[in-house]
Amino acid sequence: MITAVAVMALGAVILGFALGYASIKFKVQGDPLVDKIDGILPQTQCGQCGYPGCRPYAEAIAKSEAEINLCPPGGMEGVRRLADLLGREVKPLDAEEKPKAVAFIDEATCIGCTLCIQACPVDAIVGAAKQMHTIVAPLCTGCELCLPPCPVECITMKPLVETVENWKWKYPVYEIQAATPRKAA
Amino acid sequence: MRSLFKFKGGVKPPTQKTQSVGEPIAAAPLPSHVSIPLHQSIGGTPRPIVQAGDRVLKGQKIGEADGWISAAVHASTSGTVVHVGPQVVPHPSGLAAPCVVIEPDGLDTWIDRQPVDISALTPEAIREALRDAGVVGLGGAVFPTHGKLTASKTVPMEELVINGAECEPYITCDDLLMRERAEDVVRGAALFRDLLQPKRVLIGIEDNKPEAVAAMAAAVKAVGEGFEVVAVPTRYPAGGAKQLIRVLTGKEVPAAKRSTDLGVQCFNVATAYTAWRALAYGEPVVSRVVTVTGNVERPRNYEVAIGTPFAELLALTGPRADTQGIIMGGPMMGFLVPDAQVPVVKATNCLIAHSTALFPPPPPEMPCIRCGECARACPHELQPFEMYWFSRAKNFGKTQEYNIFDCIECGCCSFVCPSRIPLVQYFRFAKSEIWAREAEKNAAESAKARFEFKQFRDEREKQEKAEKLAKAAAAQAAKKAAEAAAQADAGENPATDVPALDPAAQAEAAKKATIQAAMERARVQREAAQPRNIENLSPTQEAQVASVDARRSDTGGNENNQ
Repeated sequence: MITAVAVMALGAVILGFALGYASIKFKVQGDPLVDKIDGILPQTQCGQCGYPGCRPYAEAIAKSEAEINLCPPGGMEGVRRLADLLGREVKPLDAEEKPKAVAFIDEATCIGCTLCIQACPVDAIVGAAKQMHTIVAPLCTGCELCLPPCPVECITMKPLVETVENWKWKYPVYEIQAATPRKAA
Repeated sequence: MRSLFKFKGGVKPPTQKTQSVGEPIAAAPLPSHVSIPLHQSIGGTPRPIVQAGDRVLKGQKIGEADGWISAAVHASTSGTVVHVGPQVVPHPSGLAAPCVVIEPDGLDTWIDRQPVDISALTPEAIREALRDAGVVGLGGAVFPTHGKLTASKTVPMEELVINGAECEPYITCDDLLMRERAEDVVRGAALFRDLLQPKRVLIGIEDNKPEAVAAMAAAVKAVGEGFEVVAVPTRYPAGGAKQLIRVLTGKEVPAAKRSTDLGVQCFNVATAYTAWRALAYGEPVVSRVVTVTGNVERPRNYEVAIGTPFAELLALTGPRADTQGIIMGGPMMGFLVPDAQVPVVKATNCLIAHSTALFPPPPPEMPCIRCGECARACPHELQPFEMYWFSRAKNFGKTQEYNIFDCIECGCCSFVCPSRIPLVQYFRFAKSEIWAREAEKNAAESAKARFEFKQFRDEREKQEKAEKLAKAAAAQAAKKAAEAAAQADAGENPATDVPALDPAAQAEAAKKATIQAAMERARVQREAAQPRNIENLSPTQEAQVASVDARRSDTGGNENNQ
């Protein structure tokens, strides 16, 4: 009787140590789900979802505080992938889907106030005070955050054009042709 | 006699080669204009180094290679540059890409051609010379040749394979090249041999080209090299690099590995020929042999200047009346070009005049019955029917699990499919979708990194500013205390100075004023730039405007009265 209790107690102590050690040694920093959600979001940091950046939105989704259809740059494709990951239902996007675009500065009108540079979340605008500014197009995510601060409204959004490099093969679809009606015998 | 190996799968479509081998290679006459795309190889797009209006000579460099994996581009005839900018290029999309358009002067004057003394150059210098001569793989992949001429550091080179198989139906340009210019091909192969130092050099030619085999064997003897000319069984796609390596050496190149990791390297015969011409004659790649065949009266091979419009080249062979469109490449891997004015590029090995009699429109697609014919035909031992299901369902992760990127798009699976499913088109769709997603993901990741760095920087700047302010405030306080002490010492009356504006607020106000002024300036500028429709009016129009204005002010007054 006593041996049995002792064996069980010893087992409990050893396992307790093992579990305690593991919980310190293999502690997961942060919420891995947030990282997964953040990986699906397009990282434009545009705030169109109502959160100050993609990560805060990912955190809100992980806490089930936010819907999954608030991200316009991610589009329906993004909503579908989030729904897949979280086992939620696919919902129509809570905004209209826009074609991908990059910002463009009209260099003749720019006064070099640096306000857009401060607004750009991804450092895609170069320039200095009283110097002309310009957008580094490959780095621009099209978040439109530089449009409101510009005092002279010299920034416009230009939709991305298709080139030989980014052209994609289309899904094979064939026209269905009406069968020629057979002549009555 | 070397014992040969077999590759799995493959098909035997009708070869259709006899039509175009009857006559020797002819030089195509100068076209009305040449439009030379700058991006004619894998890798970086060359930068244009000429402008509209410049005079150029044949062989003059017009595009400088951008980076190591890239190849220079040259003017294919002498004349005047009339345009540098986007033009339609031979690409299935029918989109435009940067081109240099040259109007020939009809003289076809070469630049000063300087043969290179190969024995005096280091391997690095030879590779650089090949890059500057624009030598790329002419079998169709247009990979810059110099990028393939470095032997693996860990694996000793065993075989160098020279690919003269030319397995695709209709195409005969390599066949004719080997028959007529075998010696230069062999010398080019010797050049590659010197750079790579393999133990053996094997020249693989399909056994339906006995004349080419004989010519190459004779040339090897004449040059005095120990190369082996091997006739390989005719079976599409024996000319695929991995397939030919398998047939000749028995080595199977695994997925995600290069053939150099197994001590083998493979070059096309036309590549060897142009490499030799580039170094020994100082002629960069400005022309290539193109088979013009299909629905034409006189199918033939032409030596064509790069940039010649397809339509002008096709006209030489007398296309029949029912010709609709042109296929670039063979019937298995080629595509219908969207515009007959697209130029011949380094990748153009064959033009086929298309007609519905020659290539009837595909019968309607039927459901897949999982017969497995495609898997038996696939030379890469893939499972096309599985990849088809997943591509069709846009389940791209699964297609990658089935190794869709090992697919060489040879078209064997579509060829044998009893349900006539255009399998290759599904695979191309899936591949380009996967590439686009990959690019998007990378862009998102780099955007995130930049965003995080910006946040960190903002935080740091805020901290630095706070520290600075604290320091300044402390200094100010110390100064004031010192002053107060001095005043107290002097026993003077307390100062009666007016409480001056806080310097920070002053600076703020000044900044606001400047921004305001700048905005005003910009507004004036914008207004000045915008066209007004009330300038330059005739007197009658002015009178009309005046009357309208008067009426407007009247009604405005009335409204006010009401």
